[in-house]
Amino acid sequence: MDAPIAKVRPPRSAEDDAAFKRELVKLIPHLRAFARTLCGDPTAADDLAQDAMMKAWDARASFQMGTNMKAWTFMILRNQFYSEKRRSWRQSQLDQESAERTLVAVDDPEAPVALDELRLGLAMLPAEQREALILVGAGGFAYEEAAEICGCAVGTVKSRVSRARRALHGILEAGAYDRDGASASDAMRSILADAERLSSVR
Amino acid sequence: MIEQRPTAERRKASAALDEARLRQQAIGVRLRQMFDEVVNEDVPDEFLEILRRADERAEKA
Repeated sequence: MDAPIAKVRPPRSAEDDAAFKRELVKLIPHLRAFARTLCGDPTAADDLAQDAMMKAWDARASFQMGTNMKAWTFMILRNQFYSEKRRSWRQSQLDQESAERTLVAVDDPEAPVALDELRLGLAMLPAEQREALILVGAGGFAYEEAAEICGCAVGTVKSRVSRARRALHGILEAGAYDRDGASASDAMRSILADAERLSSVR
Repeated sequence: MIEQRPTAERRKASAALDEARLRQQAIGVRLRQMFDEVVNEDVPDEFLEILRRADERAEKA
């Protein structure tokens, strides 16, 4: 008399759903930020973040509360992003174009110059390096978590992050990112000045 | 005289290392700032609205 596996798990209560929802809501800002780094275009990024949020909600029964929900939702978002890209080559072309437009456009005229240069520099990195650097360097994930999100080995993430750091440093140092006309030689100087200003404020 | 040289070279090398580290740190600060800028934005109402509707559907089911 083996009970079917589905019945072994206690039924999901309204409290379970409420707890899950609370945690998911807290993660929305982070999902939006990660989506923005993948899509570039803010509207497309929010669509992606919403899709990922709903996928996570629909899969809530398979999530074990108390484990790393942030990494779990980031993995869902990333898978969603890449499966959409695979589904339509043309769409990915459009994504690429709009990402480039967004990366080049300065939304906020008050924004420090260096931030814009960082975006341009990031855009020049291979996607897998950019993604690893963002997860570890900005998202606050451990190498092990980033590896889980990207579905690769921890060593692979470590090497991608270190290559990304070196490449980005080189790009910014040389002012080698794409920017027509304007002088780009002092990107690194302006980043250093900003970092100094930020650390003195804190 | 003979001993001064390696020391000076070592100092130079370590200064260069510090400088490189400083630069990497500065890039790191920037990277986090770029990400946190979006994290700190107000979440559009749409997100909560979609989730609320899904939650209502779940309760009815």
